Amino acid sequence: MGDGSSLEAPSRGKARVGSASWLDALLVLCAVVSGGMTLLVAGFVARESTRVLWVVGLSRWFTDPSWHPASGLFNALPMVVGTLLTSMLALVLAVPAGVLSAAWARWVAPAWARGPYRALVALLAGIPSVVYGLWGLTVLVPAIARVQAPGSSLLAGALVLALMVVPTIALFAESALASVPAPLLQGAAALGLGPWATLRGVALPAARPGLVAAVTLGAGRAVGETMALLMVAGNVVELPGSVFDPVRTLAANIALEMAYATADHRSALFATGSGLLVIVALLVLVADRAQRARA
Amino acid sequence: MIPLLLLACASDSGAGSDSAPVRLTLTGSSTVAPLVSELAKRYESQNPGARIDVQTGGSSRGVADAASGTADIGMASRAQKQDDPADLVFTPIAQDGIALIVHAENPVAELSREQVVSIYTGGIASWLDLGGADLPITVVNKAEGRSTLELFCHFFKLEAAAIKASVVIGDNAQGIKTVAGNPGAIGYVSIGTAEYERDHGTPIELLPLDGVAPSVASVKDGSFPMSRPLNLVTRGQPAGAVADFIGFARDAAQHDLVAGQYFVPVD
Repeated sequence: MGDGSSLEAPSRGKARVGSASWLDALLVLCAVVSGGMTLLVAGFVARESTRVLWVVGLSRWFTDPSWHPASGLFNALPMVVGTLLTSMLALVLAVPAGVLSAAWARWVAPAWARGPYRALVALLAGIPSVVYGLWGLTVLVPAIARVQAPGSSLLAGALVLALMVVPTIALFAESALASVPAPLLQGAAALGLGPWATLRGVALPAARPGLVAAVTLGAGRAVGETMALLMVAGNVVELPGSVFDPVRTLAANIALEMAYATADHRSALFATGSGLLVIVALLVLVADRAQRARA
Repeated sequence: MIPLLLLACASDSGAGSDSAPVRLTLTGSSTVAPLVSELAKRYESQNPGARIDVQTGGSSRGVADAASGTADIGMASRAQKQDDPADLVFTPIAQDGIALIVHAENPVAELSREQVVSIYTGGIASWLDLGGADLPITVVNKAEGRSTLELFCHFFKLEAAAIKASVVIGDNAQGIKTVAGNPGAIGYVSIGTAEYERDHGTPIELLPLDGVAPSVASVKDGSFPMSRPLNLVTRGQPAGAVADFIGFARDAAQHDLVAGQYFVPVD
């Protein structure tokens, strides 16, 4: 790898010859360290998973009667479904809100409001998830419980998650909308299209790759979110029959049980962590595809 | 001969802890840890140079770390079990009780053991059947592996897998907030924490068990049935600095710290 770059460098540009060799080495080192960390973590999680995978195999993760790892029952399907459902429901709420608020900031908002708006969104993105969780547990969950007990539910989880994902989507959507070429918008105006038609018919399609990346990043945050969901989603390992039923997500499960888990139970938690890694890797892949389509 | 010499050296360095700085690591139960942190602070202030490091991670971790030697002392909010390593020594420093809690607005004043079992296994689903309001019961349960769940199941002779929960929680604080926010909820948490929260205005009520009101006092006199010892766990009989700290923790001079955490001192 190092040989390849030092051979290539002189042939590409004379300006880099000689003086850049130590910089090259430093950059390679940084790249290897950050890439290697990811591989080490993935490798460690996979290795810790194998113990239980040898014993349990693959199919029992979906066919066992329940999730009681201390008693040797490993059905993780409700948690996979719970993770996907909370994330998707949160995105259904957060994507329109994020994209529309970005469009508002970009084209509709008066100039003086844009700075404070961006500061607010950035602030929203910076609030620790445990604070959202505490708000959800003490305000949102009792409010939902008044409609339908127990309150801690898929709905509560999705609402809190949506609130957390909106700023991510809004920030990335705004930069995607900013990249829409001005002539397109001028053309739309020349055709006499209203703001809504311009947004739907011209701006959003033109910004599509960037928007897909924004949504994927939001989805990545949603899938991995732990503390807030642990506090509001109810954490019962069962397939929810409605949005008022509790769910447990994969990440919340690890946080909830890891401190007390030993032996096969501990290994089972690493295995669910591997599952989570696979889901996030797929999302990164999709985001990468979307970014390339734009380039 | 050599092992004997080594042993002599080890006990020497233990006895000479005045000269060498004392460093102890304790890991384990999140129920015991706040008390031990307070004890450690006082111990450090009375023994300059001493460093006591307290980490949480549950009773199981405390026992495992004491057995493996990762920690000098493990913390466990349970009694010794049959399948714990035989060379471990459990020394109680306090007693803790678990109470059933409901929302303060709930008119139900007492539940029998059978009723509690029926609620937690999905038999009784409405407070109406228990003389309360026409509200569905929200069953708040602890996550798998928690010692509170273990004691609860052991006391009511329940299988963890048989419990039909509406909400699963992690620590006591989350349990109290969940019950305080839901008039139909029932849960179980440490008596000390529950009593403290109730006395400071949190809308929860503690339910009596077998006719005994749960309180720090009734745990102390042994009349409250659902209680557990808080133990410090060592591999073999404690010696040297470890024995010194455990002796300090059990001393009557520290009972104010135990009471401050709403636990009950042992004599």
